[in-house]
Amino acid sequence: MTYPKEKILFFYRQMLRIRLCEEAFVDPILKGEIRTPCHLYSGQEAVAVGVCAALDERDYVFGNHRSHGHYLAKGGDMKAMAAEIFCRKAGCARGRGGSMHLIAPEAGMLGAAPIVAGTVSLALGAALAAAIRKDGRVAVSFFGDGAVGEGVVYECLNFAALKRLPLVFACENNLYATHMPIRECRVERDIWEIGVPFGIPGEKIDGNDVMAVHAAALRAVERCRSGGGPYFLEFLTYRLRGHVGPDDNIQGTHTDIRPPEEIVAWRGRDPIDRLADYIVAGGIATPAALKEIREEVRQEVAAALEFAAQSPPPPQEEVNLYVFA
Amino acid sequence: MSSPRVMTYSLAINEALHQAMEADPTVFLIGQGVKSPWYVGNTAQGLLDRFGPARVIDTPVSENAVTGAAVGAAVAGMRPIVVHPRMDFMFYAFDPIVNEAANWHYMSGGCSSVPVVFWGIINRGGEQAAQHSQALHGMFAHVPGLKVVMPATPYDAKGLMLAAIRDPNPVVFVDDRWLYGQEGPVPEEPYEVEIGRGRLVRGGKDVTLVASSRMVHEAERAALLLEGEGIGAEVIDLRTIKPLDIDLILSSLDKTGRLVVVDGGWRTCGLAAEVAALAAERGFGSLKAPVVRVTLPDCPAPASAALEKVYYRTAADICRAARKLVTGS
Repeated sequence: MTYPKEKILFFYRQMLRIRLCEEAFVDPILKGEIRTPCHLYSGQEAVAVGVCAALDERDYVFGNHRSHGHYLAKGGDMKAMAAEIFCRKAGCARGRGGSMHLIAPEAGMLGAAPIVAGTVSLALGAALAAAIRKDGRVAVSFFGDGAVGEGVVYECLNFAALKRLPLVFACENNLYATHMPIRECRVERDIWEIGVPFGIPGEKIDGNDVMAVHAAALRAVERCRSGGGPYFLEFLTYRLRGHVGPDDNIQGTHTDIRPPEEIVAWRGRDPIDRLADYIVAGGIATPAALKEIREEVRQEVAAALEFAAQSPPPPQEEVNLYVFA
Repeated sequence: MSSPRVMTYSLAINEALHQAMEADPTVFLIGQGVKSPWYVGNTAQGLLDRFGPARVIDTPVSENAVTGAAVGAAVAGMRPIVVHPRMDFMFYAFDPIVNEAANWHYMSGGCSSVPVVFWGIINRGGEQAAQHSQALHGMFAHVPGLKVVMPATPYDAKGLMLAAIRDPNPVVFVDDRWLYGQEGPVPEEPYEVEIGRGRLVRGGKDVTLVASSRMVHEAERAALLLEGEGIGAEVIDLRTIKPLDIDLILSSLDKTGRLVVVDGGWRTCGLAAEVAALAAERGFGSLKAPVVRVTLPDCPAPASAALEKVYYRTAADICRAARKLVTGS
């Protein structure tokens, strides 16, 4: 399956926007300028970009603790995200949410939360809202492999199937629930199969291949949109940074217990490098053209970071603001 | 002028649901047993026939997911009412209620809100024991971002349900199965009872009885008995327990100087403790005697009817407390 050149270059730009943002946060995190726990998305960009590119602006997405990528891919404003990560007044959540509560309702990014699997039922509800209104919207729930240890996921699978809700279960299997390797969390079976007993079809996808991700997401969205009910996508991927912070600890101490050879192997499958190779090999764009995109993105990210760092914190007298609507 | 229409508490809720669903297509009812009178009495009667299964959704037993779905639907622009036919079942749903709904508006910096009603029914008595009897309003009232209402009368049951549905925030609506047969005047047209506003049930000069939900009626009975003894008891129905109508409590205390706080929940860190603390903080100058609490003991609900009889507080307990405060014996 191939896509128009513009679409493929859009994937490339979007993935770079996420990557360069994440990497731009590393230095301020290490310097203590960013203190909110940042679960960096580096390495998983193909999932957010490939899935969100299959959605319309009006469709809904809910994220989790690692949602910088979901937010940007769904169309959230980069400056507002950066300012939120600096916990400033200009942030998308006015400095009340930090890294783990990115939200952009105007773009259909309805929210994110770090209670593991806590937003799966919220996405279920967004899909239910779409079904009641018959408005044709689709909801996507992004969650990790760790979340399938939570019972509520199975309740959601059942209810979504029962009511044929337009809900895409998008599981990003990065092989680790925090520090726990997946083999210590569950027997070795494909995660997408948990939908099968509930009558939900699904598939396992190379989550570092944005083209494959996008193709699968289109299948899932099409099924939801046409009233076929929920769909389960398991994306096999890998985070190139620690569970939280640049390393596995926000202070930067080396606590990543993953085997070094495993990390190296996955660096060799970097989704952005792979897409760049595909683009150049296919004659879709020249290396010089990609370099130009990278430079544009670099400038956009630099401007967002500068905006964030220079924004004032929320006024202290407003600490109680927004308790009630 | 014709006399006002009288209806039961449960049918007043039913009328509120009919009127809210008719007026606003984003309102829907979801929860376990919404098509079963065994679960929710006659509160949901006629809704399924009138509004269809897309908006009157009986569910599998999945409190966490179903409550989370209500929260997510609210975030996505709907106004859901999610019913828990026994409050005890809501513990499975504390995550979407507390972690998500209550915090949502704040942690989104005000750019998103959750107009959902969490309707929990207290369903005690009948030897149902500890997991079918609990009154959890105090736990919800502890959480910032949640409003909690507890109607005592049919009038308030309708008016507070309509207010809860129209409120832009998550509202926990707590009713009590023991009130379902209670009759009282209920206007036919839709109306709201303001959330956060209590009600002076009857005046009195010697002691203030603050109560909510079913205990308002016990307090009223107590006030009548006390009147026979020459003690004037003022009765306040809180109606909303978060946010509390502090001014109403303090102005009554200013008048009587004595306070008995009556609550159908547990004692420690409960609603009665909160009202007592407010009296101490802001009404200390009015107090002629220590504040007294009449609450459930710090003990799970028993099954045996013999034990239930001493477990639940009645007008006699309230009388005893008030009498001691006023006369010293």
